[in-house]
Amino acid sequence: MIREDDFQERRKHIANLSDKELYDRFWEMTAQVVDPLLELGRKNTTPSVERAVLLRMGVSSLDTQKIVEGAMDRGLMGHGTGNILYKVSKAKNISIRETSEAMARGEYWDDAVAMFKEGK
Amino acid sequence: MADMILDRNEKLDVREVLKDLDKYEPRRHNWTWREPAPNLKMGPFEFHDMSKPLKNGVPLPPAKFFDDIDPQPLPVITTEIASGRFEDDIRRMRMAAWHGADHIMVIRHMGQSHIDGLMEGTPQGIGGVPITRKQVRAQRKALDLIEDEVGRPLNYHSYVSGVAGPDVAVMFAEEGINGAHQDPQYNVLYRDINCVRSFVDACESKKILEWANILQIDGAHNANATAREAWKVMPELIVQHAINSLFSEKVGIKPENISLSTVPPDAAPAPAMYLDLPYAVALRDICDRYKMRAQQTTKYVCSSVREATVTHVMNMVISKLTSADIQSTITPDEGRNVPWHIYNMEAIDNAKQALVYMDGFNELVELKKDGPLREMARDIKERACLFMEEIVEVGGYFNAVEQGFFVDSAKYPARNGDGIARKIKGGVGYGFIFPREEDYMAPVTAHFGYNNVEQYGGDPKNPSALIGGCTFEDRSKIVYIDELDEVDNVNVRLEKVKKYLDGKAIKPEMEWCGDGVVMLTMCVPTNVRTAEATGLQIAEKLGLDKPEVISKEIMHPAEGTRIEIKGKVTFDIDPDSLVLPPPPHHLSDEILYKEFKDHHMSVVCGTVGDDEHSVGLREIINIKHGGIEKWGIEVNYLGTSVPVEKLVDAAVELNADAILASTIISHDNIHYKSMKRINELAIEKGIRDKVIICAGGTQVSPEDARATGIDEGFGRDSHGIDVATFLCEEAMRRRGDLPEGGHLVGIDEDE
Repeated sequence: MIREDDFQERRKHIANLSDKELYDRFWEMTAQVVDPLLELGRKNTTPSVERAVLLRMGVSSLDTQKIVEGAMDRGLMGHGTGNILYKVSKAKNISIRETSEAMARGEYWDDAVAMFKEGK
Repeated sequence: MADMILDRNEKLDVREVLKDLDKYEPRRHNWTWREPAPNLKMGPFEFHDMSKPLKNGVPLPPAKFFDDIDPQPLPVITTEIASGRFEDDIRRMRMAAWHGADHIMVIRHMGQSHIDGLMEGTPQGIGGVPITRKQVRAQRKALDLIEDEVGRPLNYHSYVSGVAGPDVAVMFAEEGINGAHQDPQYNVLYRDINCVRSFVDACESKKILEWANILQIDGAHNANATAREAWKVMPELIVQHAINSLFSEKVGIKPENISLSTVPPDAAPAPAMYLDLPYAVALRDICDRYKMRAQQTTKYVCSSVREATVTHVMNMVISKLTSADIQSTITPDEGRNVPWHIYNMEAIDNAKQALVYMDGFNELVELKKDGPLREMARDIKERACLFMEEIVEVGGYFNAVEQGFFVDSAKYPARNGDGIARKIKGGVGYGFIFPREEDYMAPVTAHFGYNNVEQYGGDPKNPSALIGGCTFEDRSKIVYIDELDEVDNVNVRLEKVKKYLDGKAIKPEMEWCGDGVVMLTMCVPTNVRTAEATGLQIAEKLGLDKPEVISKEIMHPAEGTRIEIKGKVTFDIDPDSLVLPPPPHHLSDEILYKEFKDHHMSVVCGTVGDDEHSVGLREIINIKHGGIEKWGIEVNYLGTSVPVEKLVDAAVELNADAILASTIISHDNIHYKSMKRINELAIEKGIRDKVIICAGGTQVSPEDARATGIDEGFGRDSHGIDVATFLCEEAMRRRGDLPEGGHLVGIDEDE
């Protein structure tokens, strides 16, 4: 979009604000811009968010992406990869690290699908 | 590890740092500000705005005139070090800390922002360093050692951006990083990473930074580095700062850990102060809750390091007149090469020098409360407010990005239609956003957003308790990966330069151990194109490998060009072949002032024989040139072509304590003959026991001079301090205050 400088026209409603009022208005507008962005973060996840969860669970960085891809391929991302790992490790009664290594190799995914897709 | 202590006279051996790295634990992860030292007294001065001094450091060159003081300004000083080889950067970090930097920023390898996940090992980087756990841990460990050496905490910093932002944030929190760039707008605008993805990722990254108390710096300054006419994007800069800052605060980061990366957008020959100072005031008015990290603009940096330095210094005047919690430094050679060791030090010294120079400045001057400064600041603030209003009007941030609101080169609300537009449904990482289901769960600390741990009986305040603590509580769960590539790793690189590391060979170095790079500066008396070709041929004839012109500045279109060339020396120097002359023996000012105050010394001097040279002797005696008058010695100067008889007669008449004869002409050994004659005359006149006799000149050898019977001779490159030191010690020896042949302890000499 190309637009001439219409500042004098646009500023009419803020021209008489005090510096303090201008400050408050600016930050009120900023809050309106950022609030929906935070809401997206609360309600969604991404491969990188999930990798960061797995890393904190003690999963090797060489395995995190493989597990995330395994979850994406099977439509399980919405449950959380940490959740998948946690639940499989409990069911198999092995450590989180061992579970992660196995899942990175492609094991236990049928169990995971069964656990998350066919009722909890 | 804890027993590794650096010795100021030993080079830091990176191989030692790399030992047992798998077991190293960082001391802390929080950011540290400098400790204020109000009314600090150092040397003869009292300072106003300084911080706690260093235990060890390299002071500014003129410090020798002020008791070697090295006052440290209050703002944290940043230096960016990333040559592509982290092991060589470690030694540069040590130099930087000694010069006064306490914020060490590592630029990452080109292309890393598009890699899905962490990089591991220690590959060599291009345009920066591949940020890996091993690299970070080694540098943090080295910085821990260096901070003990300088006596000040060192903040270590890199980047949390790209499609692996949250992964990197986790690793930084685990490895004790103290500062990080994190700004989703940067991903969106400059890396074309999908905008929704960038903000979802940023929520997680910022939550992790908050947990680790890592100071966050934003990326808004890139807008004025990118926009065609940078001085017009000021309203947008404020908008970008505000979006990232409030977004971060709402994720949970404390305002004092949110720092704006602010850059004065202009440079001379623009009337930069008139444009940039109102902007700096407006920004600080609006973003008063947050910290300011002031950086020099890089947009206009050319190949002249002098030009870059002046812009940097003028930018720091703005920092001082407004505020800067962190003062960044741009290496002045950034416009010509990947920064060299020496230019990091220049930049740090520039910041220290400027800020110490302006100590207490704001007690003397203040910004006007009305007039154009405040009017222009208000104008910018209103435009920024209107910009933010229009983002809301068009339906929010993503729509504004799609419509090309950002990095438009017109001054808002004018628009040139050349902004960077990114599609909501596009960019790298598009299509990889997944809504969280009702049972979504992540049993870890510092996770942002919906997290149903209750389904497993977990505590929402402590989700990681479900797995007995995550890596943030239990470091033993961290998986440390050493190397993945057998060829491209630090061990292979260090082996190749072993002889230099072991001190068996020496080679000059600008970036990397053994790189052999040197620089030549010359004025070639021709036009630019001829000068460039001439310079290259000169470098080749001097034997430099791969010579390259890195700077050319016109002195006059036809009369001359200043050329700077880099090239590599192709040989090593064997340290065993070096002959180090003994260091000069000089007494301190303190000793010399006291000696000549307590024991008056009068000298007669002149250039003897048929000799009209006067400059050398004047340099030795004149107070303006650091001559012996400085310490209170009474000088009776008889002039040039003084007959030796006249010199000795004057000594008798004036009851002098010493005779100084200057003897420049040397054919037929006339200089030594004159000395011999002065000695004989002094004996004849009966004053030899009382008078100290010295002679000097460019062809004088001290040994041959003493052989003529006089007390001391001074050759080429002698100065007043050499003569004063000798007169002081000889007078003391004659009085019996020093034994025959005895000396006092000189400057830089051990007891």
